[in-house]
Amino acid sequence: MTAAVPPRGTARRGGAATPQATAELAASMVPPAPPRWRRILAQLSRLWLLAAFIVVWELVSTFGQRINPQLDVMLPPPTAVFSAAQDLMARGVLVTHITDSLRRVLVAVAAAAVLGVPLGLAMGWFAGFRAVVDPVLEFVRPIPPLAWIPLSILWFGIGDMQIQYIIFLAAFFPVVLNSMAGARDVDSYLVRAGLSLGARPRDLFFTVVLPGALPNIFTGLRVALGIGWMALVAGELVAAPSGLGYLINNARTVFRSDYILLGMVLIGVLGLVLDYLMRQFVRLVMPWHKGQ
Amino acid sequence: MTQVDVAHVSKVHLSVKGEPLLALHDVSFQVEKNEFFSIVGPSGCGKTSLLNLLAGFEQPTRGELRVGGELITQPGWERAVVFQEYALFPWYTVMENVRYGLRRKRLPAAEQTRLVDHYIRLVGLGGFETRYPRELSGGMRQRVSIARALAVNPSILLMDEPFASLDIQTREYMQDELLKIWQRERQTVIFVTHSIDEAIKLADRVAIMTPRPGRFEEIKVVEFDRPRDPTNPAMVRLAAEVKRWLRQQVFESEPAAQGESQDSARV
Repeated sequence: MTAAVPPRGTARRGGAATPQATAELAASMVPPAPPRWRRILAQLSRLWLLAAFIVVWELVSTFGQRINPQLDVMLPPPTAVFSAAQDLMARGVLVTHITDSLRRVLVAVAAAAVLGVPLGLAMGWFAGFRAVVDPVLEFVRPIPPLAWIPLSILWFGIGDMQIQYIIFLAAFFPVVLNSMAGARDVDSYLVRAGLSLGARPRDLFFTVVLPGALPNIFTGLRVALGIGWMALVAGELVAAPSGLGYLINNARTVFRSDYILLGMVLIGVLGLVLDYLMRQFVRLVMPWHKGQ
Repeated sequence: MTQVDVAHVSKVHLSVKGEPLLALHDVSFQVEKNEFFSIVGPSGCGKTSLLNLLAGFEQPTRGELRVGGELITQPGWERAVVFQEYALFPWYTVMENVRYGLRRKRLPAAEQTRLVDHYIRLVGLGGFETRYPRELSGGMRQRVSIARALAVNPSILLMDEPFASLDIQTREYMQDELLKIWQRERQTVIFVTHSIDEAIKLADRVAIMTPRPGRFEEIKVVEFDRPRDPTNPAMVRLAAEVKRWLRQQVFESEPAAQGESQDSARV
């Protein structure tokens, strides 16, 4: 016990750290971001399971044909699907099928969003309005969109409008219900905070209810997109002049299972791409929100 | 000058089963302008109910509450609230949260920017303007919340257990900071807490509430000079006296009163 030597680790670092200095210190400790091509490569490498799936499919299909020749029709390999795609591309119809289906889904889901989000938010926010509208909604909701096909053909004839109506019916309810849940679940403390800072009802809607409900609204839209593809194929199976559902149904009548699989694969790819774009959009719109 | 006048206020809540519960019974008090007034009591004594009435979130069943002579009928920026759980808007940055009330007041943009800057500095958050609340610690969030409430220049600042969810070091630091800000800005403050030590450290007067039904038992004047030393024997004695008395009132006379975790107002 001699001179007062401060114990290890208790020495004060010189001066009070400013936020800027701390930020610079933090930046100096983080390794530099990898180059862009490395990041893209890292993202692509996550697709290994999908790649493995395709390889296994190819192997099962080609070697399986030696055991059971019928597999040629029952499960064409990915390479056959690919050549089917080239085939249809050469005839100039593939892009039309894709764009027709994509357009129908996007138009119908957009309509569901434009009508469903405001309705859902209003139902979530105004209990009286909800009490009146809810029975109507819950009466229509259990009716499968497919049950509307005969009537919708009578109303709209065969074409885009009729198919979009079917998709709209399927997409509308998840949008409404999720928006409603979003508006209902807005933290009551945030509403009170807004009110005690002088917010009027209009302000409250745009500054508290809408941003508070956004995560649920986007969940609803993602569900709606998924269900939209299901309804699209059903609609195009029954009555359509074009589209991926039409492609699948038409190939069925001539036993072209490679075309059938091509239609299925394309719907899967489009769904994947749309969901990816949707999530990027969500990150852009809600930077405050934890990763989706 | 009397700033807040609460006269014979009673509040009845309905329980989940629909039974009426007397949350507040015949509460009366006045708060002077620029006074730091604290309300203490155990959980369930109705202190949060009282604050909700002062904020205008709820209406009294009997009696009336006035601020600056005017009857409280609805929430508004003249009675800004600092909540226990901060209640910051997660979708706004620190700057935008502090600006929120100023925008609602429709102040000129330059004035808004000046005030936002001033209050962010006042609470020591310069450099964090563009952060989102989820990127901040609890103490920093509560400072944003205080800056946001002060920025609208309310005639009273209502604080509902603002430091209850902070760790003890941060809490003591925030208490000192709040006192500094209060001495500089000269606000009328009504500060609700369950901590007798906290109330005695901060307030000019401390109102002591007892539950079932919630009522004011006593208002103690705390005359120690600021900054107060919590280890000052006279203050320790005062705190011990209040604690002992409150324990007798609440627990030793009513054994059934224990084991409740929430204020009745939160039900």
